[in-house]
Formats: sequence, C-alpha cells, structure tokens
Amino acid sequence: MMEWKRKDLIALEDLSREEIELILNTAKSFKEVSTRAVKKVPALRGKTIVNLFFEPSTRTKTSFELAAKRLSADVLSFDVSTSSISKGETIVDTAKNIEAMKVDCFIIRHSVAGAPYLISKNVSCAVINAGDGCHEHPTQALLDLFTVKEKFGRIKGIKISIIGDILHSRVARSNIWGFKKLGAEVTVCGPPPLIPLDIEKMGVRVTYKIEDAIENADILYILRLQKERQRENFLPSLKEYSKIYGIDRDKFLKLKKKVFIMHPGPMNRGIEIKSEIAEKDNSLILEQVTNGIAVRMAVLYLTIGSKR
Amino acid sequence: MEKKALNAKEMSEVIENLAKEIERSVGLENLAIIGIKRRGDILAERLRGILQKKYKREIPIGFLDITLYRDDFSKIGANPVISETDIKFDINERKILLVDDVIFTGRTVRAALDAIIDFGRPSLIRLAVLIDRNHRELPIQPDFVGKVIETEKEEIVEVKVKEMDGKDEVVIEKK
Repeated sequence: MMEWKRKDLIALEDLSREEIELILNTAKSFKEVSTRAVKKVPALRGKTIVNLFFEPSTRTKTSFELAAKRLSADVLSFDVSTSSISKGETIVDTAKNIEAMKVDCFIIRHSVAGAPYLISKNVSCAVINAGDGCHEHPTQALLDLFTVKEKFGRIKGIKISIIGDILHSRVARSNIWGFKKLGAEVTVCGPPPLIPLDIEKMGVRVTYKIEDAIENADILYILRLQKERQRENFLPSLKEYSKIYGIDRDKFLKLKKKVFIMHPGPMNRGIEIKSEIAEKDNSLILEQVTNGIAVRMAVLYLTIGSKR
Repeated sequence: MEKKALNAKEMSEVIENLAKEIERSVGLENLAIIGIKRRGDILAERLRGILQKKYKREIPIGFLDITLYRDDFSKIGANPVISETDIKFDINERKILLVDDVIFTGRTVRAALDAIIDFGRPSLIRLAVLIDRNHRELPIQPDFVGKVIETEKEEIVEVKVKEMDGKDEVVIEKK
C-alpha cells in the first residue's frame, strides 16, 4: 500500500485516486474506535491541533474536535471573534504566532478561497482545509465517498446527482473531484444561474430538469440552499426553488428503484428537502455525520501521525 | 540466508501442545481468545479450533491491531498501515488468552495489553506465542511458548501460515 507524503490536505483536486483510497481505507479501521466503551486510542498523544475557524461552523468543528480527541491529541479552538484578527492582524501572522507556540496542525475554515493554502505555505506544521469560500471542503467529500463506499461496496459506476447551488458550493466542487477520480458518474442539477459555466469540463453531466437528475441516480446529493442567494438575485423566490428543485414525496413516488439521499448539513427542511424525505430509511444523512469522525481521524493520523 | 526453525508438521505439533498446556493450566470455562494482527490472529483461530473441539462449546475470539498503541510513532518515518480491531464480546471478568506469533522485544505485547484494557477489565490475561526469540526490552514474559529459538538481534524470524503465505513454516533470515 502507498504512503502518505503530504504535509497538508487542501483540496481533493490535488489528490490522486490512490491517495483518496488510502484515506478511505485508513478511515475504515478508525470507525471501530468510536463504537468502543472507551472511545480513545493513544496514536496522537502529545500532539496539539488548533481549530482556526474564521467562519461559523458547528458540525465540522465538532467533528474535527472529536476526531482529534479520540486520537488523544490536545485540541484548541481559536475563537476568531475575540481574536487579534479583529485588531487588524493578518491571517498569516495569526497562524505564525500560534505556530510559534509549537502546535502540530491547523484546521482552517475561511470564507475566502485559498486562505488555508496561503497559511500552509507560510507555516511548517500541517494544514487541513475545513472549507474555504467556494473552493473546496475536502473532508466533507471524503466522508461522503466513505459513506457511499460503505453502502454500495464500491464507487466506480455509481450514479450520483448533485442538486442545488453548484456555483457557490465547495462541497459540490470537492465531491465532483472525489467521485470522478474514483470512477462514479456525476450529474449536477439546479437552476441555470446556480450552475457554473463550463462545469462540464470537470467531467460531469449537466441537467436543469430535476426529473432527469432523479431518474437515473443511485444517490441524490442535496445541497443546502443558502437563503441569501435570493437577496443576491440568483433566485426569484425560495418558494419557487423549493417547488421545482426541493426533494419531496411526489418526486420520490415516481421512482421505480431505491435511491439514497445525502445532504452535507445543515438542512433547510422545507426548502431543498422535505422532512418526510430526510427521515426516510434510505436517508444516509446521519451516517454521513458518523463517518465524518472516522474520516477526520484518518486524515489527522496520516498528516501528523508520524515523523516527517 | 534462510534457516528453517519449524516445518509444517512440527508447527502443528507445537500448536497442539500449546493448546494442551492452555487447557490444563487456564481451563476453558469463561475463556476468550484475542489474536494480535498479523499472523497472531491466525494462530489464535487455530488454537481456538483445537480448544473448541475439547470444550464442545463456542469460545469467543477477537482480533487486535496494535498500531495505534505503538510507542515508536515519533521514531518511524511513515505511517504504518492500520487494520481493523474486532472484539465483539464483553471482555469484563473473562479469562483472556492473548496470542501472537513471535515474542521479541515485548513492545507489541505491551501495546496489546494497553489496548485490551481500553476494552474493559478481564479477570486475567495470559500470553501464548508460537516462538520466543529472546532479546526482550521490557519485563514481559509469555506464559505459553511453542518453541524457544536462539537468534541474533538483527535476524528476522518469519512465521508463515497456509492462510496467508500458502504454507506453514518458521524461518530465520539473516539481514
């Protein structure tokens, strides 16, 4: 099996198929740890991991924090609202100052694409991208890949339709890279203003018709619709979006085969997904959350688990 | 250079003898077996096969990957590949037979003991190994030994098993 050689995890675009598979296989072994009575192994004892979230997040931050703690690392969550950023310090200076306290890893979320990359080039410790602007959210896509692989036993040949605001979605971008590299057939679907021009160049099929996206899919990956998109004039109305693109029982009843539902959270119940669908037995949404811990444990283990 | 320490026939006799010893001194009541990956798990399966025949009831078995409990993380260059730990039974108040193929420095067993204790509190733990090759670095000794062989520290003792390597044998290799 191959070795992990990277200092950082910034984007799935950078990774080879083998690297993605290494993370997924490693995560498989970590999943068991969270089912134990004592949910902790000593692999990262003495390592310090810093959550540097410049944008609010509950799930991803909690997931990374639990992953780090289950590997016995120490975790520090840096609250940006009370930080020196508000006093005018640049993000690179902030990171360098924290690094000077001898930490091993930064987990960074930022509203600007490229911020984690910029920091990674200026520090010698590991940097993991926890979502940057509209660029990428690699660990989300890795946990999605893991969930699909666990459910179907493979990724190659699986048909996944990503539905919603593709244009602003780092989750969509990371998932397109990840699923394409592992041989899935990816379709994207949404209202035309929210589908990026030239997205076909990433190897995906584009459709604006929801029926078309649902018809041939094994998995519907429903993106969160951010309400401010209406204010920004990308959408005439949320109600209209919900009626056309929201996944509800009516759209589901037409299906002949079993289709699984995934969503990166947090859900807007009633907009992109109706409650009756989110609660169905073919919803993988909570499994995604569970698997997020195992995948993030694997990423932390691979990036800072050994001497480099 | 390769030197044979046990052939297939000798290996199976050694395992039979280990099973006898274990039955006599630990007993089979409330016993469970845990094999250390990789190869210790296969020996554990074989011991269990023999012991179950005598016991006529099922003996629980589990497998342990000790990678995450290693003490040399900061020294090794690359991340060791991890395989899954699988212990489905309740280990509290059980007699645990820990099985590995070779005991050398004792560090693997130290890691395994730590891992087992994270799963609960067994009433006792006994250690069975196929080969004891000496050179211990920790005060850990096996309770049941198939065969003691004299080795140089640089030599490699390789236990081969049918299930993974196509044949049963133990060889000593010079580096």
